[in-house]
Amino acid sequence: MSVMLEPNAAQIKEQKIYQQMGLSDAEFAMVEEILGRTPNYTETGLFSVMWSEHCSYKNSKPVLAKFPTKGERVLQGPGEGAGIVDIGDGQAVVFKMESHNHPSAIEPYQGAATGVGGIIRDVFSMGARPIALLNSLRFGELTTPRVKYLFEEVVAGIAGYGNCIGIPTVGGEVQFDESYDGNPLVNAMCVGLINHEDIQKGIAKGTGNPVMYVGAKTGRDGIHGATFASEELTDGSDKNRPAVQVGDPFMEKLLLEACLELIKSDALIGIQDMGAAGLTSSSAEMASKAGSGIEMDLDHIPQRETGMTAYEMMLSESQERMLIVVQAGREPEIVELFEKYGLDAVTVGTVTDDSTLRLKHKGEIVAEVPVDALAEDAPVYHKPSAVPAYFTEFQQLDNVEPKVSDYNETLTALLKQPTIASKEWVYDQYDHQVRTSTVVSPGSDAAVVRVRGTNKGLAMTTDCNSRYIYLDPETGGKIAVAEAARNVVVSGAKPLAITDCLNFGNPEKPEIFWQLEKAADGMSEACTILDSPVIGGNVSLYNETNGTAIYPTPTIGMVGLVEDLSHVTTQDAKKQGDLVYLIGESFTEFGGSELQKMVEGRIFGKAPAIDLTVEAKRQQEILSAIQQGLIASAHDVAEGGVAVALAEKTFGKGLGMDVTLSGSATTALFSESQSRFVMTVSPEKAAQFEEIVSDAKKIGQVTGDNLVINGEDGTAWVNDSVATLRSAWKGAIPCLLKSEA
Amino acid sequence: MKFAVIVFPGSNCDLDMYHAVKDELGEEAEYVWHDSKDLSSYDGILLPGGFSYGDYLRCGAIAQFSGVMDEVRKAAEAGKPVLGICNGFQILTEAGLLPGVLLRNKNLKFMCRTVGLKVENNNTLFTNEYEQGQEIQIPIAHGEGNYYCDDATYTHLKENNQIVFTYADDFNGSRNNIAGIINDRGNVLGMMPHPERAVSDLIGGKDGLALFRSIVKQWREAHVSHA
Repeated sequence: MSVMLEPNAAQIKEQKIYQQMGLSDAEFAMVEEILGRTPNYTETGLFSVMWSEHCSYKNSKPVLAKFPTKGERVLQGPGEGAGIVDIGDGQAVVFKMESHNHPSAIEPYQGAATGVGGIIRDVFSMGARPIALLNSLRFGELTTPRVKYLFEEVVAGIAGYGNCIGIPTVGGEVQFDESYDGNPLVNAMCVGLINHEDIQKGIAKGTGNPVMYVGAKTGRDGIHGATFASEELTDGSDKNRPAVQVGDPFMEKLLLEACLELIKSDALIGIQDMGAAGLTSSSAEMASKAGSGIEMDLDHIPQRETGMTAYEMMLSESQERMLIVVQAGREPEIVELFEKYGLDAVTVGTVTDDSTLRLKHKGEIVAEVPVDALAEDAPVYHKPSAVPAYFTEFQQLDNVEPKVSDYNETLTALLKQPTIASKEWVYDQYDHQVRTSTVVSPGSDAAVVRVRGTNKGLAMTTDCNSRYIYLDPETGGKIAVAEAARNVVVSGAKPLAITDCLNFGNPEKPEIFWQLEKAADGMSEACTILDSPVIGGNVSLYNETNGTAIYPTPTIGMVGLVEDLSHVTTQDAKKQGDLVYLIGESFTEFGGSELQKMVEGRIFGKAPAIDLTVEAKRQQEILSAIQQGLIASAHDVAEGGVAVALAEKTFGKGLGMDVTLSGSATTALFSESQSRFVMTVSPEKAAQFEEIVSDAKKIGQVTGDNLVINGEDGTAWVNDSVATLRSAWKGAIPCLLKSEA
Repeated sequence: MKFAVIVFPGSNCDLDMYHAVKDELGEEAEYVWHDSKDLSSYDGILLPGGFSYGDYLRCGAIAQFSGVMDEVRKAAEAGKPVLGICNGFQILTEAGLLPGVLLRNKNLKFMCRTVGLKVENNNTLFTNEYEQGQEIQIPIAHGEGNYYCDDATYTHLKENNQIVFTYADDFNGSRNNIAGIINDRGNVLGMMPHPERAVSDLIGGKDGLALFRSIVKQWREAHVSHA
């Protein structure tokens, strides 16, 4: 093929070619100052990807600094491939969540698949065995062919990658709202297990040690993926399709097994995934973290295509590749190890002591850049922040009930809302059982995976109600963390830590930056009070389509420790005659609720209030009652309120309930007040349970076939067969996908 | 009894098979890499599920040429029990050790759920611990589990009682709901459902354990009578 001539340094400056790569005039001037000269084309490329928001967090760093990141059990906080938390017995859990939103918007199957592949590499590059996958997805309303296509292909892409590599996809969440119409969110989370002594770091230590490239060959896919991820989507974004990587889960399975064999070798010094910004970020960061430099000869890079330039090789985001540093002289055994799996392991460079990334290609030096300038010295921006007009307006509105006439019909309609409806259509496509350790499969509050060889388990969940965050980012940020913790606690686990994906719009707009700041404030407070530090995550900004932002969506991924598998609790009511308890009061709080959206067609007003002290106390009491074996089933109250939570409890075993609620019907049934739970308890344990869970109020009992919810005056607000309600809930998403748009 | 768990590049249920045998059945198991040239020391051969060679070309199509497959054929000829589950079943059909082929599920999607299976023949070395006609609950997880064979093959399978398991309900389009079949001699079983995922109440039931117990029981009896 013909090779395009690269512009020279003078042309890059005069024609401002750096702008097309995402560098501003001021940033380009900084690069010139750092180098003491004008950068060439390859060097300009290195700076542009490393200084993109995706790699440098230049716009979000001041916000991320707010998060509590330390804790007794935290072994590795943010900064490496994934965070690590001690779980006792010399073992630790490794986890992280990452976004792949922009690629998924234009090439949903590959975008989602490579999102999964990337997060798995982040976990095994730490030396951990990946044991579970989760995800958090957002789409527009399921009414247009485009949204249905995105939904179906994203799910297929996640399934295609996770199923093939053999890591169970055990949980997740999917929500639908028109704010995600043109910009779906695909956040993938991976959880791994590690023995303390196997923990690896991405460092390039020891002058003279070889730098080796392992895994798949480098092609021209994904060039400038990190830059593309740091721009808004427009009607013209289709042209960025080549910036989307292509995944090969079979290759990654081989790479995974080879790397886990490699970490047992004392020849290994450092290992890092070639993720965003590929060879550039892995080499610059490994050297920067070790205070060393790296010299690479790009002629040795395994290449899938002919005639690749230095610029293309350095910026490619081809998948399933790792950069490793090993002890000098031990290369042959590394080559042999990878050969067993049919993989390349090639020496491409050497660790140096001059803190410089020096690249050679065809006998010439094509780039010479200080590693810290790339990895550490990106400018940090303190963006202006401004309170949006909508927030001020919404805060002045009074809390009112949406108008509801028939409660039974309203409950059925809520159960059919795609955000509430059964996600079986989704998780049926994910292998959630491979590795035979899945104790609680998708469909309950949190998934639980056993730790083989012990009697412990890990509960895991992803959560974020972005409607609350849009209405009030600080309160919504608190709720997101609290709800994730509720899911983990009702499953019988103590929350350990969180990872997050901060999905927001364009931070250059002061109203968007305000959302980001406030949400982080709320999350930080909740993390502190609920004792669950942030151990890693990522930031995805510029989630806008043609100038309109998504709802602010800081997705929380939480992992908790089940100390004894006998504590594992699910949401399904277990036995007729068990007593039903409601914990927490219902207030007239409908801002951002499912009922408000369904009845009014939009959301407005105040988000539900939350008192984190009350939240923490209730969670501790419930966990204690679960650990003492007093609770038969437990579920948190979320979208759709108490009526939906009760209905969901009846679906698993097909048992009914007969309960009585106090107060106004609409509020009692559908309000989304926070810090509430519904439990079932066997009668002989009731007294002990009530003693521990101080706010528990008995509301009825588990019965046969019908869900009956009465008002205090005896009026049956809801009386319907569980089978009918369940079929409405179960059939909603398949039905929407089949219907003609 | 000592089982070989064959590991192809891309196998991913090898761990599950290994632990089912070791931890739940209490027998010996070893992983055997796909280039092994000798299986003579093993009493039973297990081909696990997964995506051998990425399922590129066609599921099981590349694995049939793996070095170890000559040894698997030898073991089958020697009358040793050979069990292929999911991708293992697909490999056995591609290798010609079992008739028929596995097509994509009729809805063209991967499916993972627990389904009802009917034991159609309990007079095999794999099913003697089940009742004839017993319905058991076993997980499935496959995108290509839609069993197909021509009329003559079907008639032959039927007449020889080679259909061992059928699905209680049709969900993937398999001919006559076939879920698992044995060879003429009765020592090679291929099935799409995963009995190795149903060996403990902790992970959702233990209806699959009897299949492994059947193999061991038959082997013990044979070895006692020969002794």
